[in-house]
Amino acid sequence: MTQISSDRRLSHNSVLDLMEMSLREVNQLLHDTRDGDFLIRNPRGAHALACGLDGDLNVTIEGHVGYYCAGMNKQAHVKVVGNAGTGVAENMMSGVVHVTGDASQSAGATGCGGLLVIEGNASARCGIALRGLDIVVKGSVGHMSAFMAQAGRLVVLGEAGDGLGDSLYEAQLFVRGSVRSLGSDCAEKELRDEHRAALRTLLDAAGVGGIDVAEFRRYGSARKLYHFQVDNAGKY
Amino acid sequence: MSVNEPRPATLPRYSATFDLHTIAEIHRAAATGIYDIRGFGAKRKLPHFDDLLFLGASISRYPLEGYRERCGTDVTLGSRYAKNPIKLKIPITIAGMSFGSLSANAKEALGRGAAIAGTTTTTGDGGMTDEERAHSRTLVYQLVPSRYGMEPDQLRKADAIEVVVGQGAKPGGGGMLLGQKISERVAEMRTLPAGIDQRSPCRHPDWTGPDDLEIKIRELREITDWHKPIYVKVGAARPYYDTALAVKSGADVVVLDGMQGGTGATQEVFIEHVGIPTLAAIRPAVQALADLDMHRKVQLIVSGGIRTGADVAKALALGADAVSIGTAALIALGDNDPRYEEDYRKLRTTAGAYDDWHEGRDPAGITTQDPELSKRLDPVEAGRRLANYLSVLTLEAQTIARACGKSHVHNLEPEDLVALTVESAAMARVPLAGTNWIPGAAGI
Amino acid sequence: MCGIVGLFLKNEALQGDLGRLTGVMLRELCDRGPDSAGFAVYGDGCKGITKICVVNCDGSTDWSDVAKRLSAVIHAEVAVEEIDDHAILRTTGSGEVARKWLIDTVATAYVLSQGQEIEIFKGVGSPAAIIERLNLEMRTGTHSIGHTRMATESAVTITGSHPFSTGDDTCLVHNGSLSNHNRLREQLVRGGERFQTENDSEVAAAYLASRMRAGDTLQQALENGLKDLDGFYTFLVGTREGFAVIRDPIACKPAVIAETVDWVAMATEYRAIAPLPGVEHARIWEPAPATVYAWSHAA
Repeated sequence: MTQISSDRRLSHNSVLDLMEMSLREVNQLLHDTRDGDFLIRNPRGAHALACGLDGDLNVTIEGHVGYYCAGMNKQAHVKVVGNAGTGVAENMMSGVVHVTGDASQSAGATGCGGLLVIEGNASARCGIALRGLDIVVKGSVGHMSAFMAQAGRLVVLGEAGDGLGDSLYEAQLFVRGSVRSLGSDCAEKELRDEHRAALRTLLDAAGVGGIDVAEFRRYGSARKLYHFQVDNAGKY
Repeated sequence: MSVNEPRPATLPRYSATFDLHTIAEIHRAAATGIYDIRGFGAKRKLPHFDDLLFLGASISRYPLEGYRERCGTDVTLGSRYAKNPIKLKIPITIAGMSFGSLSANAKEALGRGAAIAGTTTTTGDGGMTDEERAHSRTLVYQLVPSRYGMEPDQLRKADAIEVVVGQGAKPGGGGMLLGQKISERVAEMRTLPAGIDQRSPCRHPDWTGPDDLEIKIRELREITDWHKPIYVKVGAARPYYDTALAVKSGADVVVLDGMQGGTGATQEVFIEHVGIPTLAAIRPAVQALADLDMHRKVQLIVSGGIRTGADVAKALALGADAVSIGTAALIALGDNDPRYEEDYRKLRTTAGAYDDWHEGRDPAGITTQDPELSKRLDPVEAGRRLANYLSVLTLEAQTIARACGKSHVHNLEPEDLVALTVESAAMARVPLAGTNWIPGAAGI
Repeated sequence: MCGIVGLFLKNEALQGDLGRLTGVMLRELCDRGPDSAGFAVYGDGCKGITKICVVNCDGSTDWSDVAKRLSAVIHAEVAVEEIDDHAILRTTGSGEVARKWLIDTVATAYVLSQGQEIEIFKGVGSPAAIIERLNLEMRTGTHSIGHTRMATESAVTITGSHPFSTGDDTCLVHNGSLSNHNRLREQLVRGGERFQTENDSEVAAAYLASRMRAGDTLQQALENGLKDLDGFYTFLVGTREGFAVIRDPIACKPAVIAETVDWVAMATEYRAIAPLPGVEHARIWEPAPATVYAWSHAA
């Protein structure tokens, strides 16, 4: 299980300042480097920052980022000290993406693996079409979160908005706070020992301590829409 | 006439509105409670390329000698922004069709045939198979709303990326694959449980609208270091606006798919009643490019019912840079082959009408995941057939182009065409044969 | 499809900077709105005087002549201030009557706004060039709304640019695409509304104005809009006292709001807010779907 690392030392030799370098130069440098520590300054809402990384990289971004930060991330550890726009870590494959502020909609969309941690709130469609990524949100998530989520886990310490897990496939959802409404074919399920253990591991990896896993409720697919039946037509 | 003779009967008369097909469909709907799902594209008669004719050389125009005098067919796609544009030998590409709706052998056959012919294949709503990447020399990788199979390593292995907004068979609809075709392998690639009916989104998960598409395209370029051309594919609905917006979003290539474009599976009503004919879509799209001074700078690929070299030549004459074939490619591989007539009868259909591709019982082994049926398609032999067909399409287009005096197929222009019907004249914006009249032009 | 921005000043000391800051925000959204731009500035008003902003859009307009003729029709003085291809007509007469007369009579001009505080300016082409040409950066006031446009289904013309205004001191900018605006337009026309374009956003503006004329508060009008307007939208609506933000229930089109002790800013993308002074202390959040967020200078 990949973890967020708060204790890795950052080499201050690799400071990339977006007031002095272009986004293209920064991304190309990160793509050409197989490993290393980087500090990126002055993102000022730039889009597609540190996307497509593939390597043993440790990237810290100081400031708020725009859309698709760390999109399609592989192996790298990316930390945003600030907020993230739409689609942070979309389609990530492995590694860790860590947002200290809030995330906009579609956080972790279609993610396949690794760990995405959001310390603040995530808005609508968090974990949409999830395909194996683990997401831990310390705050709340917005409406239509985990829409059509296929695999992986979404853990929410706060609340969930309307339509949680609508059209859910096999992803597992754990929410500690209230859920405004469940989406189509999403149902509450029993929280068993194996789920408690998995939650514990996930929370540890996300650096969340002092929470009793028993406070969470588990949600999963009711699997009624797996084969079309006339009487379910209204649920589509 | 005596009172004992039977009265003459009125002849049984079918209704044009409630024809046999309609009555059968209503019976079926009442019995099952589910809409009719099928593959293939729009089947009803539509204004199409057959309604247009070329004006061959006569006294005012001179033809080129066949075979001896050059008629170029090469096309470059993606010159706008990409470091590595795609160079095709022929102006015909293979359209996106998923592994899942097609068998692995079929995808391999398409790759082999395209490689021989010097053109591209395109992945579909299911990701990139190793077979297709291995055999297709130049591969276009689709970014579809479902994102099934999408991953950065494959993105990097692709030669171009096609952002799919929609397709001609169902503009506004998402992918569909039913349980009988979600084999273990398909399920694994799509991260779905095997055997279930796949539900797919119709919008992308992380962007909606051309203003946000602009940012998404930028992300794809950043991930791939600006090497690869980015295509945007739309189903034909509002081609003028859609083309303009694709250009403004940063597309290198626009792919426009008319309602005759095929699908592996969707609702029959979607196929027949949503979207516009290919013929009606081309001129508006070309006009949008011209109005933005982008004709030939952003390339236009047209698909939906391309069948012969005449169709290829007509699409190019109307302003397309290239065409794409889907249904025709499958037919070239062997779809709807009369030699399987006995099997078609068992499926309650007949060769030439078989369109229940969603059921996965294709006797030709193309639109199936069944291992036994798949074996019927030999990828090497089928690849050869596709290459042969592409060759014929190209030769036919060249023949027509030479007859019109063109040394390159791109020099075909609308003025080389006339129309046989008012509808096709209006849609293609070419005059009715023997007249100067273009219906709708200049307010008439 | 486009970019929208809004800036509401809580600190009076910043009023002199309103135009400059609005320009800074708009420049960040040129990529997503390259075709044209427009902005509304609220300020520099005088009780009892209505400002009518107009722009030449076809051929050329003799503004002094227009002012003279208008004056005769509404029986009130009409002063003219020309700014590039725009003009601000100031009068003590009825803004409503003036607007209708201008639309019906002056074919070469397009009415942008009327009201005590509001001034709207629009242009075609690069937003950065428009900001310069119309001197946005010198404008002062209490709040502003701006828009950069990527035309979807209408032509790129000055009339297609946002903000749209059909009521006193009210205007609207829209990011998204409505789907039932054509039938709605017919209904509004039957109710007496005048339209100058085929644009879906103009229909939304007219709808809200007509609901408020019928007695709705802005909040009620926006909430009624949730039922009556179909499609995808983030709306930013300006009124004499302030502005309001609402997103449709599906909320696919982005929006972010930021607030400090000195200002409230709204934009389609965070990077338009990033250059504002004091942003490092801002509370930043995303508006929830189908919820009205409003700020007002009125007590």
